[in-house]
Amino acid sequence: MKFLISLHINPAVLDALTDEEKAGIGDGHGTFLAALKKSGELISTQALVDPSQAAVVSVRNGQPVVTDGPFLESKEYLGGFYLIDCENKERAIELATQIPDSAIEGLGVEVRQVMFADGQLDT
Amino acid sequence: MTAPAIEDLLRELTPQVLGALVRRHGQFEGCEDAVQEAVLAATVQWPDGGVPDNPRGWLMTVASRRLIDQMRSDQARRERESATATEVAPEDVPDTDDTLILLFLCCHPTLTAASQTALTLRAVGGLTTAEIARAFLVPEATMAARISRAKQRIKAAGSSFSLPDGAEREERLQVVLHVLYLIFNEGYTASSGSELHRADLAHEAIRLARMVHAQLPEDGEVTGLLALMLLTHARREARTTAAGDLVPLDEQDRAKWDRGLIDEGIELVKASLAVPALGPYQLQAAIAATHADAVTARETNWPQVHALYLILERIAPNPVVTLNRAIALAETEGPVAGLALLSTLDSDERMAGHHRLLSVRAHLLEKTGDAPGAYEHYRRAAKATASIAEQRYLESRASRVRPRATSHEGAGQRT
Repeated sequence: MKFLISLHINPAVLDALTDEEKAGIGDGHGTFLAALKKSGELISTQALVDPSQAAVVSVRNGQPVVTDGPFLESKEYLGGFYLIDCENKERAIELATQIPDSAIEGLGVEVRQVMFADGQLDT
Repeated sequence: MTAPAIEDLLRELTPQVLGALVRRHGQFEGCEDAVQEAVLAATVQWPDGGVPDNPRGWLMTVASRRLIDQMRSDQARRERESATATEVAPEDVPDTDDTLILLFLCCHPTLTAASQTALTLRAVGGLTTAEIARAFLVPEATMAARISRAKQRIKAAGSSFSLPDGAEREERLQVVLHVLYLIFNEGYTASSGSELHRADLAHEAIRLARMVHAQLPEDGEVTGLLALMLLTHARREARTTAAGDLVPLDEQDRAKWDRGLIDEGIELVKASLAVPALGPYQLQAAIAATHADAVTARETNWPQVHALYLILERIAPNPVVTLNRAIALAETEGPVAGLALLSTLDSDERMAGHHRLLSVRAHLLEKTGDAPGAYEHYRRAAKATASIAEQRYLESRASRVRPRATSHEGAGQRT
């Protein structure tokens, strides 16, 4: 079963972390990624640039309108994701607990099953 | 020989060559890699260069060389004494059929179902890693890692290359049958994605079930599983519209059902029911055969379907079986009786919020004339499913029973 584990970040929470804590998160993701690759459960992972770099695009009366993002008026933004293929939802949740973000108050780790997939899988 | 014919030949030969290689050298892990490489080499060379006179011998020779190369380089790396392995002469493969032993190994109970299916398709099915990855919509590297991890686990479990005995054999066979059933289901209804038929996997599962049946023709459950697959596969053309929408059993054009598969399936069901012990696959096949027997949905022998579900519920209690029995009960005693049976599932944690429970309830509510209740449950079921085809179907059922717009909302509409 395929799941998207999305990582919802809060820039204010991240800024308040010590350098040591930040390095710990980086290492934690590295370890997690290596384990996922080895077990044959990783499809892909992507991390996104800071939400301040987002452009919000809409089309009104046929004319594109582009404004500075982010779209959501929120403290938390999508920071990146892991796309995985694993045994079941329980396993997906177990994997999510291994992501360092899940241990930090103010950061969100969300698990949702994939319903449709297409496109090039091998990069 | 055409490319598909070569593919068929390779798939047939793979377990034979692998079995013989493991018998000669031990180490399933390394042999399986070597056979995969030999199969890949054949896929490249045979279409242009022609199929060798003795394809089994060719594969055996190439796989043996790969294996010995691998063993030597391993030895060199470990700085041990060189080559104890000797080059094997290109000889034919002995006639022992190791398909069953290989299946037992690939479906080792310490593996996850995803690993069991992947390894079975490669080592016994003769599919390449790339083909398996495509079938399951994951990158090839993901599938390769999964297979390699699975083989490490089997090695760590210390399995011997022989058939288990007695009760263990029975238990392990159940796992093998379950894995084949999962492969079939993955092909029949994709668990995610918009593609409803992944015919290749269903076809592969049937082919593997035929292989097991050829080895164990007296086993009622093996026969039952093969029959169930054939009877289900027979409906594939009628299951969806040209646009890819789901067609429920009672609305299917039965002229599109594959008569050949149905006849074969029914014969197998008859044969399997002659054996005293009844198992879940035999009963499910018998239910499928009952549906296949009905020329129109109206002529379905629902009392028989219900009786079969009742036995199935006794020998293999499972909320999904009860759910299916409720459908049959609704047909024989009316939707209210079906709904009453469904309500016994409400306290079952395994079924809480399950889209099948919601959709069956919606269906039965619709039959009682409770349109608002049916609408609500169809909508909830549509939200709960992970299949786009099913979601589309449930949404369309919902809109059929949607409570009429109030006069206020309808005021601006033209009639």
